[in-house]
Amino acid sequence: MPTLWHTYLRPKTVEEALQMLAEAGEAAVLIAGGTDLMLDLQQGRHPPVQALVDITEIPELRALEIRGNELFVGAGVPLNRVSASPLVREHAMALAEATGQMAGYQIRNVATLGGNVAHALPAADGAIALLALDARAEVASPQGRRRVPLADLYLGPGRSALKHEEMLVGFWLPLTRQKAASAFRRVMRPQGVALPILNTAVWLAREGDRIAQIRIAVGPFGPVPRRATAAESALCGHAPDEATLNAAVEALLREARFRTSRYRATETYRRHLAGILLRETVGKAWERASGE
Amino acid sequence: MPTITLTVNGTPHTLTVDPGETLADVLRYRLGLTGTKIGCQEGECGACTVEVNGEAVLSCIYPAERADGKSVLTIEGLAQKHDHEFILHPLQEAFVEHGAVQCGFCTPGQIMAAHALLEHNPDPQPEDIHHALKDNLCRCGAYPAIEDAILAAAHGLRTGEPPPPPEIPASAYAGKVVGRPHIRPDAVDKVTGRARYTDDLVFPNMLHAAVRRAEVPHGILRRLDVSKARALKGVVAVMTAEDLPAARNHGVLIDDWPILVGVGERIRYVGDALAIVAAEARAIAQEAASLIEAEIEPLPVLADPLAALAPDAPQLHPSGNLLKHIKVRKGDVERGFAEADVVLEHTFTTPHYDHAFLEPEASVAVPTEDGRMEVYVGSQIPYDDRRQVAAALGWPEERVHIVGQTMGGGFGGKEDIAGQIHAALLAWKTGRPVKLLYDRRESLIAHPKRHATQIRVRIGAKRDGRLTAVQTELYGDTGAYASLGEKVMERATTHSAGPYDVPHVRADCYAVYTNNPPAGAFRGFGVTQSNFAVESLMDMLAERLGLDPVELRRKNALRVGSATSTGQVLRESVGLLECIDRVDAEVRRLSEGADPFAPHPVPGEPHKVRAWGFAAAFKNTGLGGGAPDEATAEVELLPEGLFEVRISSAELGQGLVSVLQLVAAEEIGVEAEGVRVLVMDTDRTPDGGPTTASRQTYVSGNAARMAARVLVSALRSTLAERYDVPPEQIQPQVEGLLLGERLLRWPEVAAEMHALGREPRIRYTYHAPETKPLGEGGDMHFAYAFAAQAAEVEVNTLTGEVKVLRVVTAVDVGAAINPLTLKGQIEGGVIMGIGTALTEHFIVEEGRVVTDRLARYRMPSFEQVPEIIPIVVEHPVSTGPFGGKGVGEIVSVPTAPAITNAIYRAVGVRLDSLPVEQEALLLPIALR
Ligand SMILES: Cc1cc2nc3c(=O)[nH]c(=O)nc-3n(C[C@H](O)[C@H](O)[C@H](O)COP(=O)(O)OP(=O)(O)OC[C@H]3O[C@@H](n4cnc5c(N)ncnc54)[C@H](O)[C@@H]3O)c2cc1C
Ligand code: FES
Ligand code: FES
Repeated sequence: MPTLWHTYLRPKTVEEALQMLAEAGEAAVLIAGGTDLMLDLQQGRHPPVQALVDITEIPELRALEIRGNELFVGAGVPLNRVSASPLVREHAMALAEATGQMAGYQIRNVATLGGNVAHALPAADGAIALLALDARAEVASPQGRRRVPLADLYLGPGRSALKHEEMLVGFWLPLTRQKAASAFRRVMRPQGVALPILNTAVWLAREGDRIAQIRIAVGPFGPVPRRATAAESALCGHAPDEATLNAAVEALLREARFRTSRYRATETYRRHLAGILLRETVGKAWERASGE
Repeated sequence: MPTITLTVNGTPHTLTVDPGETLADVLRYRLGLTGTKIGCQEGECGACTVEVNGEAVLSCIYPAERADGKSVLTIEGLAQKHDHEFILHPLQEAFVEHGAVQCGFCTPGQIMAAHALLEHNPDPQPEDIHHALKDNLCRCGAYPAIEDAILAAAHGLRTGEPPPPPEIPASAYAGKVVGRPHIRPDAVDKVTGRARYTDDLVFPNMLHAAVRRAEVPHGILRRLDVSKARALKGVVAVMTAEDLPAARNHGVLIDDWPILVGVGERIRYVGDALAIVAAEARAIAQEAASLIEAEIEPLPVLADPLAALAPDAPQLHPSGNLLKHIKVRKGDVERGFAEADVVLEHTFTTPHYDHAFLEPEASVAVPTEDGRMEVYVGSQIPYDDRRQVAAALGWPEERVHIVGQTMGGGFGGKEDIAGQIHAALLAWKTGRPVKLLYDRRESLIAHPKRHATQIRVRIGAKRDGRLTAVQTELYGDTGAYASLGEKVMERATTHSAGPYDVPHVRADCYAVYTNNPPAGAFRGFGVTQSNFAVESLMDMLAERLGLDPVELRRKNALRVGSATSTGQVLRESVGLLECIDRVDAEVRRLSEGADPFAPHPVPGEPHKVRAWGFAAAFKNTGLGGGAPDEATAEVELLPEGLFEVRISSAELGQGLVSVLQLVAAEEIGVEAEGVRVLVMDTDRTPDGGPTTASRQTYVSGNAARMAARVLVSALRSTLAERYDVPPEQIQPQVEGLLLGERLLRWPEVAAEMHALGREPRIRYTYHAPETKPLGEGGDMHFAYAFAAQAAEVEVNTLTGEVKVLRVVTAVDVGAAINPLTLKGQIEGGVIMGIGTALTEHFIVEEGRVVTDRLARYRMPSFEQVPEIIPIVVEHPVSTGPFGGKGVGEIVSVPTAPAITNAIYRAVGVRLDSLPVEQEALLLPIALR
């Protein structure tokens, strides 16, 4: 096994990290929890690198707090902290549910949301929840900071749109309001790799017995995480009754580009599950949105 | 090179590390803290769990440099030292007392994860434990005991009282020592991280080895170029088939497995070894192996038995592709089917399975100054390793010394040679110690699996349920090499009519070579597969006849006086009916009057449906089939007054050492602590035979017991003469021998013996009752174990997800020797059976292993563990040690069919292949 990395850098600020990335050029790679990257390096899916830039000691990335009228979740907050956070549970239940189910306890103690998003898998649980919650990613680059909708971060399966010299600082989520709630659910199979066959996150706002606003994210929906907008339209403005839900499932299936993954699930099974999960998550979020 | 400073277990260290090193590397190889284990190096198993700044993390994927400035707690840091004595942490104490330790390989990780949990949550509920320990895998299936131990420790820590001990009833046949729950002698070492597994050993000047494997399932090796590997800095030796000094092949039963495949020779599976390398570091050896260039002329791949039996198939071995055609004949099946009112037939398939013992294979070979070779290894058959290593070196067997190490699980997968020969060859070539450690991928690719099978069963019965005939046809994929394939498939065949008294039986089995990884022994030894087939069909028969599934089995169950399919008339110790009755009663009690075998939707969640399923099984104890089955044990009274039992039999985690300790202690009349047991050493322990076929409790147990008995009588007669008291008046006591009124303490007894020039030591060879080969009728085995199980499942009819909620398991064990370790075996067996049914699927496609990482091969985790209700049934074997017989395998045999039968009862879908695919289960439900 060749040496997987040569230097290990430990910046204390975002600016320092950016500088290290800029100086090293392509030869440096960010490492957060390392739960994807270390395995990719150890198993040869990622070529050895000159430098690893460890971003776990940057306080800004570890912040989880309300800022103004938004919830800020640092890209480097370990998943266990995300799922246990009362703020996340109050304002972003789907994210708490998603991060609470990912991997096992020890992995969640180090794995981060930033890594989950940057790794860019089409069914990454954290990313799917963030998408439904309308999160914006704060990206730091040598040119400065910018906030982008999550969906703009993806180029293709496993390929994020982040440039090499850029990094995720954190995610900005709208605060919850009266009569709004979210939910997440995934289906796994007991054999084979521990990635979901299908997951679904829903956020909705109620107005009386109608859905006033809704966002739905399903993974894997296509090559990159994105929202199921046709299903959203089918539900928006309606009560979630049988007929509306049927129409929404139909819309979702029309829009989705499900694939068969060998040894995991067929397209048919995913199509079937998509309807089940949509009904369950919409139902759950609806129920939650009625409580005070 | 980077320097890091970290505190480990309170002690600060400043060290230089190599770039790319992990925290696990630092702990294990730089600081010698080998209690932290590596089970996968993939972030999957949790064995490497340690705490960093109070949080549980996986040290195998934690960059060492990240630990700089941090505080690390490992298993070695939990026990507190007070005046040279270690006081166990309450968690460690509770793990010991509750039998939460079997092979012990997962134990440090489990305890560290539990420790971190209790720091955050001092009063955890069972769900909290399942959640926090979800990724701490235990292949021995000790989960129920682990949970109990954590709850007890938490209670202890909260109240300051010692953790409450478990409540485990003694055997109905308990003696003073035997039959009562005892802590296993190796438990304390395992909970403190002191137990030494092979990879924990370090020798001065030691080299590290790697194997260049074919990675091609079938072909002829045309060219092999090792020059680049030789040239790599740090490489000390590269060996190919040309360098073999003696034997070219190895094998447990048939020498058909090349030690190294030579140029011009045939490659038969992806794991075939082409060359071996020894280097100054493991990474160098691995890199060198990857630089070896092999040119292989590919040949068509024989991917399954039917392809291999095709008339034009290439022949893999000189003897052809059919390893063995096994036949069982009893009565006249044609007549039996003619007499039947109903005849059913169905074909079932089972895939390969991997043992996935948490400790990957490791061997260290050390050349000694006096010209011998020591091989340190965790092996199920030390004396056979000795034979095979000696043959490879061309030496007499006595020149090789196998030194067995604590083993992190075996389950049948450590009976064949893994790295022993390769390590020894390289040590011979270089004159230096050589360690060969498999990584998980190599383990998954190389060692023999459970046979994939296709089994057709035809069953005939009268309207009232009496079976009239059973006919089976089995195809077993024995893979590239024979291993124990013939014996495994023989057991599959002889048990293929189920644990029933059937007048007419005909079974034909074809064990066939293919280009898949070899298949060999795996807990259940073939019976797991054939039991799944016949027990599924029995349930189908019950439905067809409109009979209760339990009643159908009761009607046909083997009992005293019955004849098995091989014509063996059972004379005693047939507890099957009691197993069936007790499981039935328990399930009906739990169902509170409702029919347990009918579907029950969950109130409020009607898409979830529950039902129970039932299955029964039997499994031979001992080799049988005419093979001489013997074991030699030695018992010595040591000068300090302890008795030592020595036998080469293997402790793989199952608890044999404890069984031998108790049997000898009972026989002598001392406490358990008065006996210690030494195993698995070909210089110091006599041959106990292979640890397979659930034979050790019976065969080695008897050997130890008889050796102890003879020793005591020798002590008596010698001292009778010396003190002039009649031998009848000499009575063994806990403290020593009572000679009339006078107590001679054990150390004094030993001293007296030595003074009289008599060694207080006896060697005894126990010969198990003779058995008959298959086809000759009579006793094919000297005993059988029996079991009945019922599993309650919940099927989500919307998604196909299946959960096992409860399992009731009754096992006829003869008599329980150590109820504590027995409970662990019973629970662990059920959990492994759940893996067989639901989680495990070893996929080989065209000879290539798809499931080549632990991430792709899932064993049950805490998430899958149901409530397990164990029932111990005791029908003693008169010839067994204190009535005992083997239990290691029977405990997991009926679980898979009990689960698939329950699924059928819940949702009406019959699954005839394993494992249960939720998608395949859902499809027929969704189409309804
Ligand atoms: C056993 C196991 C089970 C798992 N189960 C799940 C699961 O159930 N669901 C799931 O979705 N995932 C799962 N994963 C995958 C993984 O744990 C998650 O994707 C995790 O969130 C990755 O975070 P990390 O901090 O470890 O990323 P790292 O491995 O550190 O990084 C991943 C990638 O992201 C980049 N990166 C990291 N942080 C940043 C940043 N701030 N800005 C820009 N780039 C960055 C890195 O350069 C790297 O390319 C599992 C992994 C394992 C080992
Ligand atoms: S060895 Fe680290 S998780 Fe298996
Ligand atoms: S005791 Fe857990 S793996 Fe053996």
